[in-house]
Amino acid sequence: MFSNLPLLSLVIWTPIIGGMLVLATGSKNSIEVKVLSLLVSLVTLALSIPLYTQFDPSLASMQFEELIPWISNFHINYHIGVDGISMPLILLTTFITVIVIIAGWEVITFKVAQYFAAFLILEGLMIGTFAAMDAMLFYVFWEALLIPMFVIIGIWGGANRVYATIKFFLYTFLGSVFMLISLLYMYMHAAEVNGVGTFNLLELHKLPLDMTPQILIFLSFLLAFAVKVPMWPVHTWLPDAHVEAPTGGSVILAAIMLKLGGYGFIRFSLPITPDASMALDWLVILLSLIAIVYIGFVALIQADMKKLIAYSSISHMGFVTLGFFLFWKITENTGSASGAVLGLEGGMIQMISHGFISGAMFLSVGVLYDRMHSRMIKDYGGVVNTMPAFATFAVFFAMANAGLPGTSGFVGEFMVIMAAFKANFWYAFLAATTLIIGAAYTLWMVKRVIFGEIANEQVENLEDMNGREFFMMIVLAIAVLVIGLYPAPLLEVMHASIDNLVAHISISKLPM
Amino acid sequence: MNFVTPDFMPAMPEIFLLTMVCVILIIDLFLKDESRGATYVLSLIALIATAFLSFSNFSTETITTFNGSFILDPMATILKIAICIVVMAVFIYAKDYLKDRNIYKGEYFILGLFGVLGMMVMVSAGNFLTVYLGLELLSLSMYAMIAMQRDSIVASEAAMKYFILGAIASGILLYGMSMVYGVTGSLDLAIINKAVSGADRLVMSFGLVFIILGVAFKLGAVPFHMWMPDVYHGSPTSVTLFIASAPKIAAFAMMYRLLVDGLADMQADWQMILSILAVLSLLLGNIIAIAQSNIKRMFAYSTISHVGFILMGVIAGTQAGYGASMFYAIVYALMSVGGFGMIVLLSRAGFEAENIEDFKGLNQKSPWFAFVMMAMMFSMAGVPPFLGFWAKIAVLQEAVNSGFIWLAVVGVVGSVIGAFYYLRVIKVMYFDKPLDTTPLQASMDIRLTLSLNGLAILALGLYPTALITLCVSSF
Repeated sequence: MFSNLPLLSLVIWTPIIGGMLVLATGSKNSIEVKVLSLLVSLVTLALSIPLYTQFDPSLASMQFEELIPWISNFHINYHIGVDGISMPLILLTTFITVIVIIAGWEVITFKVAQYFAAFLILEGLMIGTFAAMDAMLFYVFWEALLIPMFVIIGIWGGANRVYATIKFFLYTFLGSVFMLISLLYMYMHAAEVNGVGTFNLLELHKLPLDMTPQILIFLSFLLAFAVKVPMWPVHTWLPDAHVEAPTGGSVILAAIMLKLGGYGFIRFSLPITPDASMALDWLVILLSLIAIVYIGFVALIQADMKKLIAYSSISHMGFVTLGFFLFWKITENTGSASGAVLGLEGGMIQMISHGFISGAMFLSVGVLYDRMHSRMIKDYGGVVNTMPAFATFAVFFAMANAGLPGTSGFVGEFMVIMAAFKANFWYAFLAATTLIIGAAYTLWMVKRVIFGEIANEQVENLEDMNGREFFMMIVLAIAVLVIGLYPAPLLEVMHASIDNLVAHISISKLPM
Repeated sequence: MNFVTPDFMPAMPEIFLLTMVCVILIIDLFLKDESRGATYVLSLIALIATAFLSFSNFSTETITTFNGSFILDPMATILKIAICIVVMAVFIYAKDYLKDRNIYKGEYFILGLFGVLGMMVMVSAGNFLTVYLGLELLSLSMYAMIAMQRDSIVASEAAMKYFILGAIASGILLYGMSMVYGVTGSLDLAIINKAVSGADRLVMSFGLVFIILGVAFKLGAVPFHMWMPDVYHGSPTSVTLFIASAPKIAAFAMMYRLLVDGLADMQADWQMILSILAVLSLLLGNIIAIAQSNIKRMFAYSTISHVGFILMGVIAGTQAGYGASMFYAIVYALMSVGGFGMIVLLSRAGFEAENIEDFKGLNQKSPWFAFVMMAMMFSMAGVPPFLGFWAKIAVLQEAVNSGFIWLAVVGVVGSVIGAFYYLRVIKVMYFDKPLDTTPLQASMDIRLTLSLNGLAILALGLYPTALITLCVSSF
């Protein structure tokens, strides 16, 4: 009976329009604003669930497709749809946004309406980015979501927020404008080849391209997505943005915004420029391994908890890009593309899992920060004595972050490392060091913050989590455990799409 | 020789406006200061009626009259309507500002209307003389408008500077025209266009360079931009509003008439010259704007960079390219008038909101107008979903299509640099505390028009198809 509903559009526009409503109510009655925001985010979550239940995992094609002509002069369409790659990410977005709204409940005390509205609008824009099947529509969402994030970090952030937010904006803006030129070039090229220009992603996937344009397009995509992921050496905006952002902003940044970069690689770079990806896969693998190992060591010495988790995010996202670009080395070694599926799926699982774990880690820091107003590790110690329930969750998420088997953190890393073995022993070796480094920086932080003697009076007076915080933690913990113990449903959803992608990128796009 | 009465109908809007200006001028003579509102209302009515007449004159074909010196084509009609709408917004924004500074005189509106007439003539010009006539009518009105606040030293200086430089530029333009006339034997653009191929290339090239120089001065392209920051800064904001918006539309039309209608055969030559101007404008405008603390000067340099984009579409040298440039020019005028409108909104008697600092904490005083200003800034920076983004896309797409990918790259690098200073304005509005707690003192009509202006930037950004189609299909 609901089959005619434009479900995907509803999921995109409900939070955006809801966010505007929240803005319109003003900030006089902040409790009403909060309830309304929570309601909007819950409705969006509810609307997004049919995307999973009605999703046909046996199909690799786009589902829930909608196509409305938008700007006919440039053949830009409002064309959206989901496949097994984007659907889990959309669910992650709607889920995390509810958590973020709850996280801001008592913490945000000024410009409440603007705060919640910014997050709701951001949610809609992020879902739009994942769902867009038109390259220009993707770009519009991709750029537009910088605006609410810019405002979130700038208004509710920490002391150095202005520097951080302008850096964040300019970095990402610089990365993406070159992607824009590439898209415009491909539009023109499609006009030459097919007689009519197009921004339709599926058409661009099929567009034949010479090697030189492919390399240039690949590099421009790399710049755009590497900044977002972020990969070494363009990662420096992330620690700044994370440290200065409010807790909710950090959660969204780590849990979803970074995934946009990974999603971009899998949706744009690999299928549009397969030959250039093959020629330059060493570059991405190199950068990923540097991120995994070097940034892991950088995380080790951080004195600021948020910075430590930010660096840990960069290191973990290295697994994602590594998994995606192992493809050609594996096909070269094993002669079949089927082994490469492992790397791609591992990268995808790692993205989802990292969404939950990093979100939970930042929430944990937020819980402490709200009480002590410090992110410094040295200000803490012996928290377990006063906050036993919190300590349980914090240790659990730390373990998950370190890749403990049974948690979701293990699954993705394990799959990528397995894939890396098929490609090259040393890739696998270097990637596997993270199991040690990751455990070292996370657990060492836990030891200094949670365990030991009670460090000072403030810690002694800490109160344990309240019901709201407990709720967020338990929900995230369940998600981490479920994916860790039984990842099959998630893999099943993305399997057909990944197979399709693998089949597509094995074929050269160079004109014969 | 027969005396043939020319067809007056295509020029009806211009004739009507001229009549109205004369009527308003006379009425204004008999008005007392307290009833000056009548002039204001009559001027707005004149503009609405002119826009309406232009609209009813619309024809998809090109009509020429007055022996080819007046052209009515779809581009002319659309640009005339755009000019009228933008100048209406200018008058509405300017009213209170003029009142607070005791320069609420009929002359402002009358000179403004004469300027509109000049622009309309420029837009429809089919002959060197008509181009020049329109240009001078516009320029002389603007010189006088700037100098109206005669006790202000900066304004007098700005007027003098603009007058001297403008006169030189006009002279150079005339010199170029005379060279082209000497070789082709005609002032009529259509005849010149046919004669170019057989004409002496050397003299034609000199003529072209001088003509482009005159056009570049009007547009404010680097290196002929020196006047812009000083004039924007020195003029009363009510006049800057005017100078910074509609005349750029007219300047685009003038460029199109002279280069495409008249010298299409020399496309390769002017493409090269304009490319250099565009690159310099894009880079210099954006980089120098970063250093400005005065928001009017910042807008001046930002205008220079926008001119680079307007040039880019013309450089593309295709119908679609001209359409994209035209779209950009209209969008620019809308954003610019809104941006300066915000400065007027924040100013009050004895206080000029001229510095970026003066926007501090606007979000606390008025979240709505902070949002409007944010929309303007993101639009100018070219961030979707605002209108300015599509203007940039349209122009960049045509540049890429014509093989000017390197120029498009320069353009986007420029706009990344530009994003920094636009972000700074947003930063002071949203992230800083207000310097004082004086509430906004603007009257209802300014608030309403400015809100509409901001909403137009957003709404047209969400659905730009109609406006783009209108611009592209007019070539």
